[in-house]
Amino acid sequence: MSGRVLVGVKRVIDYAVKIRVKPDHTGVVTDGVKHSMNPFCEIAVEEAVKLKEKKLIKEVVAVSCGPQQSQETIRTALAMGADRGIHVEVSGKDYDSLGPLQVSKILAALAKKEEAQLIILGKQAIDDDCNQTGQMTAALLDWPQGTFASEVSLEAEKIKVVREIDGGLETIKINTPAVLTADLRLNTPRYATLPNIMKAKKKKIANVKPADLGVDLTSRLEVLRVDEPPQREAGVKVETVEDLVAKLKDTGKI
Amino acid sequence: MLAPFATVFSLAAHRCIRTLTTLQTDHVVPQLYTHVHRRACSSLSTPRITTHYTIHPRDKDPRWQDIEMERFADEADVVIVGGGPAGLSAAIRLKQLANQHQKELRVCLVEKASQLGAHTLSGACLEPSALTELFPDWKERGAPLNTPVTDDVFSIFTEKHRIPVPILPGLPMRNHGNYIVRLGNLVRWLGEQAEELGVELYPGYAASEVLFHEDRSVKGIATNDVGIAKDGSPKDVFERGMELHAKVTLFGEGCHGHLAKQLYKQFNLRENCEPQTYAIGLKELWVIDEKKWRPGRAEHSVGWPLDRHTYGGSFLYHLNEGEPMVALGFVVGLDYSNPYLSPFKEFQRWKHHPFVESTLEGGQRIAYGARALNEGGFQSIPKLTFPGGLLIGCSPGFMNVPKIKGTHTAMKSGILAAEALFPKVTAENLDSETAGLHVPEYSDNLKTSSVWKELRSVRNIRPSFHNPLGLYGGMVYTGIFYWILRGKEPWTLKHCGIDANQLKPAKDCTPIEYPKPDGKISFDLLSSVALSGTNHEGDQPPHLTLKDDSVPVARNLAIYDGPEQRFCPAGVYEYVPVETGDGMRLQINAQNCVHCKTCDIKDPSQNINWVVPEGGGGPAYNGM
Repeated sequence: MSGRVLVGVKRVIDYAVKIRVKPDHTGVVTDGVKHSMNPFCEIAVEEAVKLKEKKLIKEVVAVSCGPQQSQETIRTALAMGADRGIHVEVSGKDYDSLGPLQVSKILAALAKKEEAQLIILGKQAIDDDCNQTGQMTAALLDWPQGTFASEVSLEAEKIKVVREIDGGLETIKINTPAVLTADLRLNTPRYATLPNIMKAKKKKIANVKPADLGVDLTSRLEVLRVDEPPQREAGVKVETVEDLVAKLKDTGKI
Repeated sequence: MLAPFATVFSLAAHRCIRTLTTLQTDHVVPQLYTHVHRRACSSLSTPRITTHYTIHPRDKDPRWQDIEMERFADEADVVIVGGGPAGLSAAIRLKQLANQHQKELRVCLVEKASQLGAHTLSGACLEPSALTELFPDWKERGAPLNTPVTDDVFSIFTEKHRIPVPILPGLPMRNHGNYIVRLGNLVRWLGEQAEELGVELYPGYAASEVLFHEDRSVKGIATNDVGIAKDGSPKDVFERGMELHAKVTLFGEGCHGHLAKQLYKQFNLRENCEPQTYAIGLKELWVIDEKKWRPGRAEHSVGWPLDRHTYGGSFLYHLNEGEPMVALGFVVGLDYSNPYLSPFKEFQRWKHHPFVESTLEGGQRIAYGARALNEGGFQSIPKLTFPGGLLIGCSPGFMNVPKIKGTHTAMKSGILAAEALFPKVTAENLDSETAGLHVPEYSDNLKTSSVWKELRSVRNIRPSFHNPLGLYGGMVYTGIFYWILRGKEPWTLKHCGIDANQLKPAKDCTPIEYPKPDGKISFDLLSSVALSGTNHEGDQPPHLTLKDDSVPVARNLAIYDGPEQRFCPAGVYEYVPVETGDGMRLQINAQNCVHCKTCDIKDPSQNINWVVPEGGGGPAYNGM
């Protein structure tokens, strides 16, 4: 199997940062906050680059949907070994309401345009935890999907995927073209080293608008309000069972 | 000692030992091929703490035998270490000159933070002089100077009350014409200007090594290696850092830079100046009740909770950027003598003073951080130039201590450096004795500049605190000699030596009873550290390296009751009981580090050597 692999990379708030809800409760503060590539997307990029190094595929194309800063995320993917990038420009209100449905429509359109044979995504993004984009993209393209992949091997015209599921590990064989989503144990992503970042500056990032792909960005979801989770109350220790029963009765639990 | 030892072993024995070493874990007997073995024989109970290659070189380490250590190298005209106000000002000025004179100039800047501003922390009350020099049209360009100071309040705090002190014109704490800024945001903005001018910015890459030519002049820097495991062995993803060679390298690492520390020794830059003295500054950002908000107000205090012999004070600035936000913080001079003092806890309890608590009541804390700052001033400025490089900004240290302002002087030093080296680096014939360019003109120009005059006039204020009346003696001195005589007195007072030597043994001091944090105004250390957003790749050698792993328990704990557990604002150092038997061991939680450098400064045994961790690690400050 040769050909082109599309890898989706998402720019998210760095996992170690303490997020803060905006005063108007419409979302979280993102201005100036440290962002980085979604960890599962890093694993996806690494897998794609590994496949290229094994000469099983020809070209890795990194795709990101978002504002101007998404280009930095694509640059990191290029530094890890992707050949070129596509930046789908989405900003402002459209970006605030961008979700898996729109992204999967964009990826499906790009896959057709670029004649991709494989799409590798992270299993989910750490900001919304949706875990939907991979599955929706496969459905829109009517392609098989290998999600939660912890091992991927290409055999002739098929792909063997070991999936991490609740019951353990499931091994499936799917046809190509296909959509894969990367789980944590798929690989250990390489570092984007400085010489590679410098080389990545010479690699091309194409600019595309969702309208050019015929994608409608209207969201079917409306965010009503964003709040912090309720503060965890301190626990109370009691001495005897009688005390416990009395406390439970007091607070109306029984 | 170990070299002849090793050659006695046969090849088979080598292979056997190599297998042994790969099976070892952190706490088991240290590896045979290191000098720690010597100490392990006498005190086998000292668990291995330090695994960094600066303490345990890799050329003797069997795990590194087959690893490719070649580095990729690139050439630039100028390399700048550090993307703070000084480094960025120098980069911007260089490119402005290059465009003006239509010359090609490749300027590369490396910064250990993942993005510019993420490691920047300051009050800050900015004097816009240097910024105006760099960009006369900074306002049109959208520089984030949104809060002119409208109100200056200075107090001496007692436990329950405050004594107002009038800020008369001429006193260093007067802020008329200055702006309250979130320095991290200004640094980010400077970065954008620099990029527009064509500076190559590389955040996320730390300069970890200085490179030298054959003639010992500076050749450039090398960035950090990545992919080294916690025990010092190479991981699968190991990759060497990169070398950046330059005609001149500017070192703008900020207060107590780790490369600067090496350069002082290498080029003997500190032989004619006093040792640098420092303070630690802790800071928080709060969103407060709108009713309490007074945009443009700058409050400073001295006194409670510090005693008159411990230098320090506070700041509280009301920002004017939309939200009712205040930036507040506490500074403690690191020449304090009581090892039981905890700057973090002093800061937390200061917030309970009625004058401060009334502002914070009903508010929410949204950020926390800490950084060491310079207090040495004029007397501690080292030699600034050496073949192949120069020092700029808070690294050599140009802070005006009584004003607590160092940003404008740092920026000015960057500008002067750029202006001095530009003609030399773009000259047709690089007429230089050494392979790396020497630019002593930078130092000469600095000595005739406003920076020098300013620092000279305030040089005696900080040392004047070392008198029997402490703080009050210092204030009297400032009143007479600065306010009236403008620092023109002919004498120059000395500091007291390095901060690390000022600690008294624990047995001679009384432990301080700090109140418990209430969770509304004052907080515990770990929840504060979480707010700094700091993080590091866990599986890497701790970057807080110890020259000798046994010293913390043998000396710091035994004599000074482990002051590092108290002066570290991030909870990196903990003395915990050993797993089996009696005694304590030092645990280093390197991932918490906020890169403040206090431990390297204040360790009474000067055993801690802070080196840079993998680039991108550290705090994630946002507009601090």
